[in-house]
Amino acid sequence: MKLLSCKDATKLMSQAMDIKLSLPKRLALRLHLAICASCCHFRTQMSFIRDACRRFAGTDEVRDEKQRDRV
Amino acid sequence: MDDDALYASKQEAHKALEENRVYLFRYALLRLRDKGAAEDAVQETLLAALENRSQFSGRSSARTWLVGILKHKIIDQIRRHSRDAKLYAQHDAHYNSMGDESDFDSLFARDGRHWDRPPQDWGNPDKTLEQKKFWEAIELCINLLPANTARVFAMREFMGLSTDEICKDLEITATNCWVMLYRARMSLRECLQLNWFDNEERKE
Repeated sequence: MKLLSCKDATKLMSQAMDIKLSLPKRLALRLHLAICASCCHFRTQMSFIRDACRRFAGTDEVRDEKQRDRV
Repeated sequence: MDDDALYASKQEAHKALEENRVYLFRYALLRLRDKGAAEDAVQETLLAALENRSQFSGRSSARTWLVGILKHKIIDQIRRHSRDAKLYAQHDAHYNSMGDESDFDSLFARDGRHWDRPPQDWGNPDKTLEQKKFWEAIELCINLLPANTARVFAMREFMGLSTDEICKDLEITATNCWVMLYRARMSLRECLQLNWFDNEERKE
């Protein structure tokens, strides 16, 4: 399996916030995250941004939506 | 209802509308990114609220009730303007796909494999969210997004629409949609890093 670059990993992490990734993509991403601390920070930052934006917009309508961004 | 009671309820409705008008406008603007469309959505909400004020029986707060109506009016506005929005979104997406390979390149090393400026630990999120000035920083960063990228981002993150729904409403492809969301998230991250997390002055 080809290793993901950090750039491709960020694209997949963003996409994972919107849809469920295919199994090979999920696995490739999980493997990348296991060895890349920077991308782990990136992932935490993405979910922080999502939280902050929802609070900023003052919406409750999306809170109960299923968390899709689990890898 | 006798005349006095009718008059009182009308007065009360007017008062609630006046008090919430600014809030509703800001709510709509954040989602529509267009002053005219936001004004229209608020106007339609106020009219609908006045017409249906008998339905408002103090079950919830006036603001919650008004926002409930406003959400529908915002979706109406998005659908109504989807033809224009589609053109803009395609323009943005075109620009995005052109710029995609270079715009965020400075974040990565030349080979694109590793970070040049690796993301850092942002610390305790709850503590950040408690800080009043943080909300000014995030508002600034959201406002710096290009309007159409911001609109797609707002539909996804502020209104909780799925990418399928966004694609349908704006008549754009799923790939365009993901590219725009990716760009929005990357820009917000970079902006928060510079304007908040790297900014020593925030610590008063």
